[in-house]
Amino acid sequence: MGLALLVVLSLITLVSSYFFAAKTWWMPAVASTYGPAIDAQFAYTYVAMGVVFIAAQIGLGWFAWRYRDRAQKVDYSHGNLRLEATWTVLTAILFVGLNLMGQKIWAEARFQGAAPGALQVEITGMQFQWYFRYPGPDGKYAKTDPTQADASAGGEAALGLDTTDPAAKDDIVVNTLYLPVNREVDVTLRAQDVIHDFYVPALRFKQDAVPGLMIHMHFTPTQVGDYEVACAELCGLGHYRMRAMLKVVSQQDFDQWMAAKEKDKSAQ
Amino acid sequence: MVCPKCGTSNPDVNTFCEKCGAVVSKPVPVAVAHDAAGTHEHGQAHAAHAPHHAPSGFIRKYVFSLDHKVIGIQYFFLALTAVFVGLFLSVLMRIHLVWPDAKIPGWGPIMPEQYLTLVTMHGTIMVFFVLTTAPQSGFGNYFLPIQIGAEDMAFPVLNMLSFWTTFVSFLVMLAAFFVEGGAPLGGWTFYAPLSAIPQAGPGQGLGADMWIISIAIFCVASLMGALNFITTTLDLRCKGMSMWRLPLTVWTWFITAILGLLAFGVLLAGGILLLMDRQLGTSFFVPGGLVVSGVQIKHNGGSPLLWQHLFWFFGHPEVYIAILPGMGVASQLLSTFSRKPIFGYRAMVYAIMAIGFLGFMVWGHHMFMSGMNPYSAFAFSLMTMAIGVPSAIKTFNWLGTLYRGRLRFTTPMLYAIGFVSLFVSGGLSGPFLAQPTLDIYLHDTFFVVAHFHLIMGVAAIFGIFAGTYYWFPKMFGRMMSETLGRIHFWITFVGAYAIFMPMHYIGMAGRPRRYSDIRLFEYLHSTMTVERFISIAAFIVAGAQFVFLVNFFWSLWKGEKAPDNPWDCTTLEWTTSTPPPFDNFAGKTPVVYHGPYEYSVPGAPADFVMQTDPSEVHSEGHGHD
Repeated sequence: MGLALLVVLSLITLVSSYFFAAKTWWMPAVASTYGPAIDAQFAYTYVAMGVVFIAAQIGLGWFAWRYRDRAQKVDYSHGNLRLEATWTVLTAILFVGLNLMGQKIWAEARFQGAAPGALQVEITGMQFQWYFRYPGPDGKYAKTDPTQADASAGGEAALGLDTTDPAAKDDIVVNTLYLPVNREVDVTLRAQDVIHDFYVPALRFKQDAVPGLMIHMHFTPTQVGDYEVACAELCGLGHYRMRAMLKVVSQQDFDQWMAAKEKDKSAQ
Repeated sequence: MVCPKCGTSNPDVNTFCEKCGAVVSKPVPVAVAHDAAGTHEHGQAHAAHAPHHAPSGFIRKYVFSLDHKVIGIQYFFLALTAVFVGLFLSVLMRIHLVWPDAKIPGWGPIMPEQYLTLVTMHGTIMVFFVLTTAPQSGFGNYFLPIQIGAEDMAFPVLNMLSFWTTFVSFLVMLAAFFVEGGAPLGGWTFYAPLSAIPQAGPGQGLGADMWIISIAIFCVASLMGALNFITTTLDLRCKGMSMWRLPLTVWTWFITAILGLLAFGVLLAGGILLLMDRQLGTSFFVPGGLVVSGVQIKHNGGSPLLWQHLFWFFGHPEVYIAILPGMGVASQLLSTFSRKPIFGYRAMVYAIMAIGFLGFMVWGHHMFMSGMNPYSAFAFSLMTMAIGVPSAIKTFNWLGTLYRGRLRFTTPMLYAIGFVSLFVSGGLSGPFLAQPTLDIYLHDTFFVVAHFHLIMGVAAIFGIFAGTYYWFPKMFGRMMSETLGRIHFWITFVGAYAIFMPMHYIGMAGRPRRYSDIRLFEYLHSTMTVERFISIAAFIVAGAQFVFLVNFFWSLWKGEKAPDNPWDCTTLEWTTSTPPPFDNFAGKTPVVYHGPYEYSVPGAPADFVMQTDPSEVHSEGHGHD
């Protein structure tokens, strides 16, 4: 039985560790500025925890086999205070150290706002659709009035955009998020009804969109491409299909897209 | 009884002399340290049920019993029922995830909202009616009084009430499935405003009210139980049973009860506030300007984050309530079946206290992405990493207990070893989630699901299995089958890893929680293979639980008759008969001379010295760590 435990624990440890090391199913290729730092922090944590995992599981299996009952004499001991103190201190240093290492990334992402001149986009989540609003050349978001909101109509009406507000003339509301590459974006996250969460795995970005709050976040996409956006906070029966696309394009393509949208808008 | 002070003859039932007030009753189990002032209340409490008469009649003996042993078994069977309900719900979930369009016989296809109901009720039933019930209210009720040398809990009537209140709570929870609209779909975490606005989804109407009411009733029952456990542990220890001689099982039941006392009140308050938002038009959790399904919501001024703070202030201690008793059982079993004292008894006790205390400081780590102040994330994160330290100490000490021991691989021992392995695996994903930087990616993915299932859904369950196989002989007078026990262990152990280890991988791939269908997302297509593997492993493990069920019920009637101490164990429950008499010790209150884990003491005639053994144990003078 002791041998069985050693063998099984070793196999479980080896097989599990393999799929972590091989990254068979893993994060998508990173596409934002602070993404690589997050990935590095993952790597440090995996190495540290991986060593502990392997040592503890194989240690457990080894002890199970080595100390199986063979009528041996037992070491009558109540413990060892020095050993106790040593591994406590080492564990504390490891855990607290890992934590402090990652704090800089969190601080950069969250303690400060976007730089002035960042692109403005408002992201609103509602059951079960994401809406993206650009303030347009005037740089101002028009007022929204929830009493005017009509989700069935989609677009501006879903947000309850106050069309009498002059700032509304150049507000663009779409269901696909276009962003220019290498430009910082300052997003304002909102929710119409329940808590949603804007999650873009490739950009290592996630933030709850909370009713009653307007939450500012900033990030900078670094790779042109199409990225799926998932809702990551249970919001009702359609939670699984609250999908959107983030299209990161060149600054030129973005400007062209924006101009076309503004043209369509003024033609209405 | 004749008064020893003034010589007056008193009726037998008196505790105090009618003439002069001195104590006249026969000695009853009272901790030696108490002074006269403290004894007065005890004396009265004891007079109420001393002399302890055996109950008669079926209802008094088996239904509304005041006997902590019967109540413990009642809780155990409640949890056993609940776990099979929860297991059934999870099997349906795993079927739906790999065959989303499958038609369940007699039901039809599982709609997205029904999938979410399965998720919600699976989590709720497992966390409350299994993990908060069996380890603490089940085994704790049965064995806490016996392990400390008491006749019963401090408040037997309260104990009986706490079980039946829990039972009613369970019925109300199950009833939520059958009311109009069905059971709720907001997850066991029940976040507002989804849970505060009935129009926000199917099942969020009457079903959600039932859920809240059920949980509120459960909170009341838990508070009653917590009071009982704390008072009993502090006041009813027999002579010689100092706090530093308590088995580690008792320490965990004691600290767990303190956590329960402090945490369940907050959940109760939150539940009442939520019910008020839903029924009385208050706005604790609902801000203004919401539009749900085209309906303008009239609430104004509330905060969705307030619900999260209240829920998680309870919710985090709750998960320590779920795991601590399992740790106590693991410590007891590893020591017993290594024939060696637990390594670092005092460190183990301090670690239990530290986990309990720090458990109240970390709730914000569930809220890193919530919109909460990012500076507070730093504080919660540091506290969370800190709580990893006492957990690590316990793991080192379990390994230290095995080191140079003489291991007997009985079924309880296999489960105790399995517990350590699973606790390590589940615990090590904690430092990932504790870092807000990494939680940005991992929050609400299957990485979290892997973490809490390995710790709660397997390690804590293994603690329950270990306790069952270990204490079954004492509770029911028969041994369970070792062969069936081994089959059950191996399939469940390997199978549980097969189910939950791969969830880390799909979590790293970004697979969100609570999705009833993953086919709409291209980036998740490659994870479908893993989902299938998980589901097949789940079906096998679910099937293996029937081996346990068969073993349990067959052994109740046909198991080999158990001796009083089949495991050669040192603690007080093994000094009394199998099963114990109604007052636990047949009128002979034990006296304790040793700590709880005196195994392989040099010079002792056997490789274990029972706590009640009056002989000197020379080596015990050193190393009371």
